[in-house]
Amino acid sequence: MIAQAVLNEWYPVAMAAMVGPWPGRATMLLGSDINVFLQDGAIMVRGPAGDLAVKVAYGHVWACPGTPAHDLFAVPEAAQPGRRLVDCGVVRVKCSPLRAVENFLDIAHFPFVHTDVLGAEPHTEVGRYEVQIREDSDEVWATKVHFYQPQAAKSAAGGIVTEYMYRVAASTAAVLYKTCPNNPDAWDVIGIFVQPLTEELCEVWPWMALFDDSTPQADLIQFQQMIFLQDRSILENQIPRLLPLDPGREIPTQADLTSIAYRRWLKRKGLTYGAQMVAA
Amino acid sequence: MKLYDYVLSASCYKVRLMAALMGVKLPTEAVDFHPGRAHRSAAFRAINPAGTLPVLVDGDLVLTESTAMLVYLAHGPWLGAGPKQTAQIQQWLAFSARLGASLGMARLHDMLLYPGDINALRRAGVEALRELESHLTEARFAGRIFLTGDTPTIADIACFPNVALAPDGGVSLDDYPSIRLWSRALRALPGFIEMPGIHRLHELKPAPEAVPPLESLP
Repeated sequence: MIAQAVLNEWYPVAMAAMVGPWPGRATMLLGSDINVFLQDGAIMVRGPAGDLAVKVAYGHVWACPGTPAHDLFAVPEAAQPGRRLVDCGVVRVKCSPLRAVENFLDIAHFPFVHTDVLGAEPHTEVGRYEVQIREDSDEVWATKVHFYQPQAAKSAAGGIVTEYMYRVAASTAAVLYKTCPNNPDAWDVIGIFVQPLTEELCEVWPWMALFDDSTPQADLIQFQQMIFLQDRSILENQIPRLLPLDPGREIPTQADLTSIAYRRWLKRKGLTYGAQMVAA
Repeated sequence: MKLYDYVLSASCYKVRLMAALMGVKLPTEAVDFHPGRAHRSAAFRAINPAGTLPVLVDGDLVLTESTAMLVYLAHGPWLGAGPKQTAQIQQWLAFSARLGASLGMARLHDMLLYPGDINALRRAGVEALRELESHLTEARFAGRIFLTGDTPTIADIACFPNVALAPDGGVSLDDYPSIRLWSRALRALPGFIEMPGIHRLHELKPAPEAVPPLESLP
């Protein structure tokens, strides 16, 4: 039995540009078979109990299996002139959808998993940063995150201290804002949209909105895929498989503030699909 | 020289790894294999009619088989010596195609949603791993660590990527101690480079390019 709060959220189910006519993309959402298909120019999502509410935004198709509790989150930067929107395709990961989001929010693993790209030994310290659950938007935000990165983006020529902001925009979608190597006045925007197939299996759609007119599309996509695939083998080996929402044997450190806020936020909202409620 | 490349492809990695081990700088051009399927486009088929990656171009030479690229990039002991070892290397190059068709396809199925009978692919992969484990165990008894002799050859490089990436396709390497030791020996080679899913050895070694000390950064 899936909680109503879970059913009333929006979830990514396809890359909009790749949806074809029936049967279209045959996939799963929250354990149910669905088809994402094109009919009379409109994208439809059909489940066992009928058609689902659908939105197309940020290059992807979003579906709500219940009654939408709110609008899909806003990313105003997506409409900003001069930004390049890059759909990076799908990668399947045998892990809880919530763990995929949590990993995206973590900085401390950069030097060890994305060695010489997003981090490098011995620069492993995560400095103090701020985390809040914003009451107006009901989102988790981490700000003033600073980290030394040897190659922060495809367009970065050398090592820089990158500033990040992280944002949990939905239970299975997060967006980060990071120093743009090409434009110091703007942020590069990178999203991770996670489709929960089951509680222990997800498909992940990275997406970017960048100020970068020169890097070829294939290079941008492969940079992002390289980063995400470095995470994949780690995610598939995390124990317990479901994300624990209650403190147990895990001892969080200061670097885990965002993760702690995300877990609390999920628990408070009852968004527990992919979560473990007994202490780990 | 230029390699048409996809960062997540085991076959492309074979060629990048060989070049790195030989100290050859290999410029690459990224091809949008996923999600763009650019390797199937008319423009790319004009370069490689088979529509596959990798492709290595050097002047008027165009190679579309990764094992041929290994032969082209390697020299000296990496190519073996004498009829017996040369033939053994050919044997393992052919074996590497079986690894790609089993473990490699299981990985594409699990990771990038390629169609296929996943159980059949994994089963064929496990059979190949058992053969490899048996051979490497015999080699260890004889005091060797690599596939055909005392030093690595193109045979090791051809087989290594799809074996090391087997867990990406749901096939664990826990049961194969000789394969794991062989993988460690290859990862310890000077010039070794990693790819997503294949990690460098985890000592706190300095990075390949020197990292500036924190206090020198703006």
